[in-house]
Order: sequence, then C-alpha cells, then structure tokens
Amino acid sequence: MSFSVTEPSVRTKWFAGLLVIGYAIVTLIPLVWIIATGFKSPADSIAYPPVVVFEPTLEGYVNLFTDRTRATEQMLENAGPPTTWYEMIVRDRGTVISGPSRYGERFLNSVIIGFGSTALCMILGTMAAYAFSRFKVPLKDDLLFFILSTRMMPPIAVAIPIFLMFRNLGLNDTHLGMILLYTAVNLSLSVWLLKGFIDEIPVEYEEAALIDGYTRFQAFYKVVLPQAATGIASTAIFCLIFAWNEYAFAVLLTSGNAQTAPPFIPTIIGVAGKDWPAVAAGATIFLVPVMVFTILLRKHLLRGITFGAVRK
Amino acid sequence: MTKSAIEGAAKKTPDRLARRIRGLSDRTIAWIFVAPTIFLLLAVNIFPLIWTIRLSFTDFRVNRPNNDVEWVGLRNYERILSDPDIWATMQATAHFLIWTIVLQVLIGFTLAFLINKKFRGNDLWTTIIVFPMMLSPAVVGNFWTFLYQPQIGLFNYVIAFFTGADPASFSMIGDVNLAPRAIVIADTWMWTPFVMLICLAGLRSIPDSIYEAAECDRASKWRQFWTITIPMALPFLMLAVLFRGIENFKMFDLVVQLTGGGPGNTTTLTSIDLKREAFERWRTGYSSAYAVILFVTVFGLASIYVKALNKVKER
Repeated sequence: MSFSVTEPSVRTKWFAGLLVIGYAIVTLIPLVWIIATGFKSPADSIAYPPVVVFEPTLEGYVNLFTDRTRATEQMLENAGPPTTWYEMIVRDRGTVISGPSRYGERFLNSVIIGFGSTALCMILGTMAAYAFSRFKVPLKDDLLFFILSTRMMPPIAVAIPIFLMFRNLGLNDTHLGMILLYTAVNLSLSVWLLKGFIDEIPVEYEEAALIDGYTRFQAFYKVVLPQAATGIASTAIFCLIFAWNEYAFAVLLTSGNAQTAPPFIPTIIGVAGKDWPAVAAGATIFLVPVMVFTILLRKHLLRGITFGAVRK
Repeated sequence: MTKSAIEGAAKKTPDRLARRIRGLSDRTIAWIFVAPTIFLLLAVNIFPLIWTIRLSFTDFRVNRPNNDVEWVGLRNYERILSDPDIWATMQATAHFLIWTIVLQVLIGFTLAFLINKKFRGNDLWTTIIVFPMMLSPAVVGNFWTFLYQPQIGLFNYVIAFFTGADPASFSMIGDVNLAPRAIVIADTWMWTPFVMLICLAGLRSIPDSIYEAAECDRASKWRQFWTITIPMALPFLMLAVLFRGIENFKMFDLVVQLTGGGPGNTTTLTSIDLKREAFERWRTGYSSAYAVILFVTVFGLASIYVKALNKVKER
C-alpha cells in the first residue's frame, strides 16, 4: 500500500475501472457483431430481434470465396453427389459452385501492395531519417516540414493529376503504381517516426565505430540499424496498416487488376440482395490481422499516430 | 566488432568502389540518402499539385480529351465561391467537424482521466479501446450501414430497446435529419481512442510533485483539476484537435461508405463533393480549382492553429 498523496484511493480506482471497462465493452460490440455475423446463416443475420445465440455455420465464408449459380435438376444430376463439405453447404441452398470469387485475388493484391510499399517505404525512410538525424542537411527544417505537409492534402485533391499521370505512364490499375503511390503517402510518417527513433540512439556508438575504421555506410548498417530495429519494426507495421486500410486512392485508381480489398468488400452481393454474412466474413479476415498488429504495437501506438510528435 | 569482420567487409567491396565510398564526404552521403525520398515526394505530391493548380485555370475535361482546352482564368474560382451548393457542403463539413471534435474530446479526455487512475489492468483495456481506430474506415463504414438498418439493425434495436420506439420507424442513414448524426456517431466510435491516447500522454507527463505541492497548500481536488490538470494537458489536447481536424476535413472513406453523401446532400462532405465533380461529372478544370481552394483552406487553418498551439506551449 502506498502512502503517496497522489495515489488514487481504492474506491476511485474501482469506479474508474468500471467506467472504462464499460466503455470498452460498448465499443467492442460492433466488432464482435462483425465477427459473429460472419458465422451466421443469412436468415439469422437479418432476424428480428437480432439473435445473439445461433448455430454457427461457415456458409458466409463459403459464399465469400465462391461464385454460385442456381442449380437446375439437370446440373445436379450431372454433377453427382457433393464431395466436399463446402459443396454440401452450397447444395443445401439449391445452388452449385460456378467458380472461385474474386475475394482471394483482391486480398492477395492488398498483401502485395501493402508489403511492397512498406518495404520500399522503410528503405527510403530509414535512409532519409538517418541523414536528417545525423548530418547537416541544408534547409533541414523546411524539408522536414515539406515532407509532413504532403500529408495534409486531401487524397481526392491530388488524385486527378495522379490519375492523368498514371494513365500516361501506363501505371493505372497496376501493382507498381499503387506501391509507388502508397510509398509516397507513407514516407512522411516513416521519415518523421524513424528520425525520432534514430535521434534516441547515442551518436557516440557510431563515433566509436568510425574511429575503429568503419566507413559511414558500415557504421550505418552495422551499428545504427541493429540499434533502431524495434523502431523500424513498429514504423513498418504502421506503414503496413495505413496501406492496408487505404480506400480513396484504391477506389479511384484501380478497378480490376490491382484492386485491393477495401473497395471490393462493400461490393460483395449474394444471389438475392446483400449477402451480409459473406460481407462480414470478408471484413473479419481483413480486420483481424490489424487487431493482432495493434496488440504488438501497443507500446508505440501513440508515437505512430502523432507522427512522433508525442513520445511517452 | 572484430578487426577481421571489418577486413572481410572491406575485401568484399571492389577496391575502386571501396575507395569511393570511403572517400564520400558526409555532405554527399546526406544527399544520397535524402534524394530518393525528396524525388518521390516531388513526383507523386508536388508535381500533381502544380498540375492541379494549372488545370484549375482551364476548362479541361478528362472524358473529352479531344476538345480544345481553353484558358479561363479565374472563372472556375468565381463559380465555386458563388455556388450555394458548395457553401452547403462546406457547412455540412463544418457541422461534422465541430460535432466530432467536441464529442471526441469530451469522451476521449474523460476516458484518459479515468485510465490515469491506474486501476489494475488499465493497459489491457486501453489496447482494447484502441482497436476501432486501427481498422479500415471503408470496411467498417460499410458494416455500420448494416448496424443502422431499420428493423434488423443492431443499433436501431438497441435504441428501440431503451426508448421504446419502433425499430422500423426510423432510418439513421435514410433520414435527412438523422444521417448527419449517423456519420458523427460512427466517426466518434472510431476516433475517440485517438484523442484518448494523446490526452493520456498529456496526463502522464504531469509530474506528481506538482500535485503533492498542491496537496500541501490544501488545494481541493476540483481546484487541482482546473489549475493543474487542464492547463498542463492543454497542449496535448490541442494537438489531438489539430490531428482530428485535418483528418476529418479530408474525411472520405468512412462517410462515403456509410451514406454516400445522401440522403439529398445532407452528408455530402467536401471530399465527397469533390470526388463527384472530378470523377463522376468529369469537370476536371472546375474540380481542380475546388481542390486548390480546399488545400489552401486546410493549410491556412492549420498554420494559424499551430501558431496558437506554440503560444500555449510557451506559457
């Protein structure tokens, strides 16, 4: 038991704890609802009053990954009895699988573009951050502010000329184009965050390495990079999440080939109207990795969301 | 590091190249390191911006590339600034901004204040509260339309449960009066944790010794709150408002998925309006001028605000 006058009383702690936990539970309801809806049957998903206890089914996930058509008697005869569990689910609804849906492709696009842009962004960002942190760069403050200000522009405002530019360069709706674009969008974040992390590494380490006969490059990748590893990793996760979640550029600049999951998920429809379990299944697969990353990032969250302006 | 490791590294690099790398001055290295970043940002941000400014003085239309492009001077700007529809959009954006910021600051600060009471397990609950903020606004916004469905939606059911209204009698995203509130609620749900995290950092930055001194002077808790907690957390609070302000001025993904700007134009925020002009009506020159006006507005407001923020920090 502490006797500090500033330590809150046990009763205060209980009260504060209850309120916060209450808020946390309320705020989680929509997320739990998304995940639960993914395991409901279409009838359960739109039942009134909303059902909390239901028989879980994977129908939403099957519908998410397949395209289906209504089966005629003849088709059923030709196809024979269902051989896999997912075919059985589909047959129960009087439909047959006509092929894979495009969700897999879109998800893969998200992975390729997310990881590609993050990798590129980290390479460029680490180099620039190191230079800004250690060297006298002319107009340093102006350049840093310029880098930050690129983030203030509404994406739609620059989308018009980027659209024209990409069209002329043949980059519209390509992975490369989206990777370059997301790299540019995330560079401001990575440079500012990484500069903060590198600033915290004592210069003496490198100076010692330089005296030992290392070149600047060697000092950079043998001394600074290992020291900054945690910072680089958390910055990378932030860049990945931003690229993963981005919607405005994706919906304007991609249509088929390089479309990512965020513009695609809302367009999922079933045979009769909106197939909410399938939408929820798609959303769950897309959102859960981010929640895992959030837990990994929890110590650096604040820094990431404020571009390094606030450090604990 | 051992000497052999250094020699090994030196051997791997061809002689001439090694000499050149070794010979590079810090200044040159700095430029080599910074140049790619600056180049990419110039190509993807500044060049398009300049292009936008140039287009804003023309009547260019992307969908009619063969038409003669005429230089129209400031006519696009005149038309935008005198268009009542655009002022209505601006007004909708202002309402959205004010309400989201007020709600998020109130709830976010309260939460941070409570978490700062250091009850057991507060770290875990903080992480859980943060979840919505990290998710894709478009995907989440799309799912909120499901929660908002009349009759079957969970949100309507809960409201009906507590107020006794018929859950099918109101539609959060279909009603002219309710739609602006629907987007405020969803945005507040999503972004309150952001304000909370920054406020928490502010509260944690206040040294205990100040409160101890206040206790010695027999200042009441209430007084301590208003004379120590609030002034010392204020720069953080203002920073949170700045971030939320800029982000919500650009707001597109969440709202476009929720309401698509409707019903009517009640939730048409500036970014949504701009998207319609540029990518549905294809009035490229006109929408470029619109974009320039938005950028100048956000940049101007942000600069004024940062000046005020710095003044508060100096005190």
